[in-house]
Amino acid sequence: MRLKGHGMLPRIVVIAALYLFALFGLPALLSLYYIDSLTQAAIFSIVAVGLGVLVGRVGLYSLGQYAVLAIGAWVAARLLFATTLPYPVVLLAAGVVTMVIGMIFGLPALRVRGLYLALITLMMAGALTVVITTTNFPNGGSGFWGYNGSTVHPAAIRRPAIAAGDPAYYRYSLVVAAIMFILVFVHVRTKPGRAWVAIRQSESAALAAGINTTLYKLWAWALASFVTGVAGGVLAGSSHYLYSIDFPVQDSITLLAVVLMGGAYSLWGAVVAGLLLQLLPALFQVWGVSNDWITILFGIGVLNVLITAPRGLADQVPRDLGRLVRKLRAVGQRAPAPEATAR
Amino acid sequence: MMEVSGLTVRFGGVLPLDDVSVTFESSTCGLIGPNGAGKTTFFNVLSGFVTPASGRVRAFGEDLLAMAHYRRARWGLRRTFQTEQAIEELSVYDNVAMIHEHSRLTSSKRRDDVLEAISFVGIQASPSDRVGTLGAGERRLVEMARCVVGSPRLVLLDEPAAGLPDDETNHLAAVIRRIPQHTGALVVLVDHDMGLVSATCETTSVLDFGHLIASGPTAEVLQDERVVNAYLGTKEVA
Repeated sequence: MRLKGHGMLPRIVVIAALYLFALFGLPALLSLYYIDSLTQAAIFSIVAVGLGVLVGRVGLYSLGQYAVLAIGAWVAARLLFATTLPYPVVLLAAGVVTMVIGMIFGLPALRVRGLYLALITLMMAGALTVVITTTNFPNGGSGFWGYNGSTVHPAAIRRPAIAAGDPAYYRYSLVVAAIMFILVFVHVRTKPGRAWVAIRQSESAALAAGINTTLYKLWAWALASFVTGVAGGVLAGSSHYLYSIDFPVQDSITLLAVVLMGGAYSLWGAVVAGLLLQLLPALFQVWGVSNDWITILFGIGVLNVLITAPRGLADQVPRDLGRLVRKLRAVGQRAPAPEATAR
Repeated sequence: MMEVSGLTVRFGGVLPLDDVSVTFESSTCGLIGPNGAGKTTFFNVLSGFVTPASGRVRAFGEDLLAMAHYRRARWGLRRTFQTEQAIEELSVYDNVAMIHEHSRLTSSKRRDDVLEAISFVGIQASPSDRVGTLGAGERRLVEMARCVVGSPRLVLLDEPAAGLPDDETNHLAAVIRRIPQHTGALVVLVDHDMGLVSATCETTSVLDFGHLIASGPTAEVLQDERVVNAYLGTKEVA
């Protein structure tokens, strides 16, 4: 009765095949340019899956996720310069520190939701960005902040020994992303996931069902912040050098847009969001299309989702493709009644 | 058995409940009255959404109002809402399982308990169907299954038959009648459908503008002159 049965095994096989292809096939086929943007797409799909938990599951709108990501990147960079800790430990630490700070971010969400919460998170992200702009990201300097403003050749943020090259680091990012997706998947399919959708639908009904709404909302912020912090750690290694301008406050708004476009309720939606955010600009650059079109496209995409596909592209594209296939088949068999297939 | 004594709720200058004392003794009790009488406010006090200005509620020997609102479900309080509140995104099974996992029962028997509750209320849909795909009647039954799972003690039903066709209302009445014996819970039913109230409730209490105006065996209460005047209307009008 646990929704097993129809289509669970084939789905796992398809996901595993796609994942293995992305892991081993793509690096052999694509140039370093695309491998790099796919690394970024993997990192931002983690950020997107975190925001998806907040928006899609609990109904809490955050416009501060880039600042949360910056915290993770800062903590990871600081630890990578200061210590020789293994990379997974650094990522874990970045996740945990970001989780604690992110929960403070989430405190207003216990009282407000909707537009006001979005505004508050945007303002908090703005404040945090001011702090990071002042202190800068660590670049191998000494002291707590680890920033040396007078150095001409700052040290690069180290990568794990097994993933020093770009294709290897791409694979590393993909593995971390898979672990984060599994972590989120386990959450949404069990007790917290059920509690979250109940809270999103009606807080009073959730309370009447015995759900401690305060605890579960904070839990959602903790999970979202943790995975975003880990993503920040991966981002630190991928870019070698971090600057505060890499985390503009307004990009959190774009992030929310692509998460809605991809499908905030679905884990596939987070993958789509990561690709839209990172691979699409790379493609546009190759094709010689101005980046301004992306903003327009995202605007149209959000409109499309709001009007025709509340569950996002991750739901709409397979559904519409299925319809198309059925229609083509019907045409091929010269089905007499088009009404019968046009549903 | 639930004893309510001196319950007063104040919203600014308005008293939705004014010094109400009433005992719910029998297995299924009706609570009726015109709109604005304070029925839903009374349920909201029991749920913990509204804090009363004064008064006490003792249910099965325990002080209900002293408990944090989300803990009351664990204690055994269940309720439905005027607008049906089954969780659309979840399957029928998960909707009911969710109540069980926040109850006092252990998870080892969860699957059996949940499936048993689903068959008790007579849901035709598959347990794996998403509630968002079900019709209004089936969704009401999902809510009923949520009320009977996990050892309930006190079940509050707020207009469960609103908007349902007659045959579904009859089925719902049959389910409600069986709840006390099946679960041992005390059921309090708020509804405007006097047919449903007569068919399910041994005793009935009547609220009017925050005051209790009658309480007793349902047949007698529905004949009571004050009740007829305040709520049911005279024969000529009806």
